[in-house]
Amino acid sequence: MIETIKGITLKIKKNQFLFEELVKRDFKKKYKRTLLGMLWSLLSPLMTLLVMSIVFKQFFGRTTPHYTIYLFSGNLVFQFFKDSTYGGMSSLMANASIITKINLPKYMFLLSKNVASVINFGLTLIIYFLFVACDGIDFSFRFLALIYPVVCLILFNIGMGFILSALFVIFKDIQYLYEIFTMLLMYLSAIFYTTDAYPEHIQKLFYLNPLYVYITYFRHVVIDGYIPALPTHALCLGYSLITLAFGALIYKKYNYKFLYYM
Amino acid sequence: MKKIELNNVSVSYIVGDFSTVGLKDVVIQKIKRNYKVKEFLAVDNVNFSIEEGDLLGIVGTNGAGKSTLLKVISGIMRPTNGTMSVNGNIASLLELGSGFDGDLTVKENTFLRGAMLGYTREFMNQTYRSIIEFAELTEFEDRLFSHLSSGMRSRLAFSIACLVKPDILILDEVLSVGDGAFRTKSENKMMEIIKGGSTTILVSHSLAQIRRMATKVLWLDKGKQIAFGETQEVCDKYEAFLNQK
Repeated sequence: MIETIKGITLKIKKNQFLFEELVKRDFKKKYKRTLLGMLWSLLSPLMTLLVMSIVFKQFFGRTTPHYTIYLFSGNLVFQFFKDSTYGGMSSLMANASIITKINLPKYMFLLSKNVASVINFGLTLIIYFLFVACDGIDFSFRFLALIYPVVCLILFNIGMGFILSALFVIFKDIQYLYEIFTMLLMYLSAIFYTTDAYPEHIQKLFYLNPLYVYITYFRHVVIDGYIPALPTHALCLGYSLITLAFGALIYKKYNYKFLYYM
Repeated sequence: MKKIELNNVSVSYIVGDFSTVGLKDVVIQKIKRNYKVKEFLAVDNVNFSIEEGDLLGIVGTNGAGKSTLLKVISGIMRPTNGTMSVNGNIASLLELGSGFDGDLTVKENTFLRGAMLGYTREFMNQTYRSIIEFAELTEFEDRLFSHLSSGMRSRLAFSIACLVKPDILILDEVLSVGDGAFRTKSENKMMEIIKGGSTTILVSHSLAQIRRMATKVLWLDKGKQIAFGETQEVCDKYEAFLNQK
């Protein structure tokens, strides 16, 4: 009994050490040990925001209050999703030379990649709140509710990462198909437009898109000044748990077969 | 006590263009109904068992399934058929030099590899010095890994993997690491581990080495088990087979 407990704690300790080292590696590789590297990764979402607000403010800015924040909310969530899932997709193949030589839990590579994306998201979030303050929106305790969609989004990204990385091992063209998919998804996520122009029942269809749900949650809390009702919460968590469960199942069932395709 | 036991173990690979095509091709092939997956038996019905302290030599020509068998034993692959039991923690040295990251320093790579091999942080903190000294890379520890020569790389890999006392040690052609001086050193280190009671599996193309070190020999050819047994007997047969070719 004591032996098994000892065995389990040792295993956790070893996996934790591996996880920390992988996170360090991914972080160092991403930013190339420079402060400028970190700044660059912040500059990219800001540039997108700048261009989008110049282009679309003429069309939507007049009717939408706090249009810059509206746009930023959408970009913030969508970029995090994109960054995290792209990193997740290649996480297995990028480590193929390790996976085919050493017996390791493969999800470690995906999780460490996700940590790097979360750090990046955290930095962007700080800038987001700077923009919020500049745009004359008062900070309130309500903002703490944003932790909920962020956690859901992280789980959702990990789930997508599971699915995509498994697919990418087998089908090498998934990269290009996914690129098209994310582009379409971006247009369907109401990032730079509002759904008000659509009839009621079409507006409801937007909720089929998990990203739209997370983005809307952000906008309600920050711009509209209220925390969404319970059904939105259920939807947030539902999407992430279903995706995560599906992805984890694929890994559990097929992770020993990945090797054949690497 | 039986350390490793394999019963009717087979491993089949999926081959053909399947591994290179994309989703689009598969969909089209499915529609056309000419979607085929070929299977290839890399290891075909292998049976053997070794006891604690044994040194098993595996011989066979290229493509005999030796490396695949080692992957199965070290837990990277699962056998398609058959059962296997392995008692004890394994250190496997498959293709040493690969899997390092050129963008990290030697020190960072050492810790990363240590973590992958299942060591704890405390253990790595304690042994880091001796690893670097054994690999003779003390002046290089803050250099980027990509700046090392290939000999240095395999020296480092060997040192990280060998400074533990594993129950089971798996060696795939790794005794020919580094220059002459390091080779003697590494072979001595290896013998020290083996004499310390570890069970060892050694794949080598040097029959002299197998004859010198192994207590049992397994001969594979095209995935099939040709012979398993006493060293000299199996080696004689294998040598005769090689001379015939």
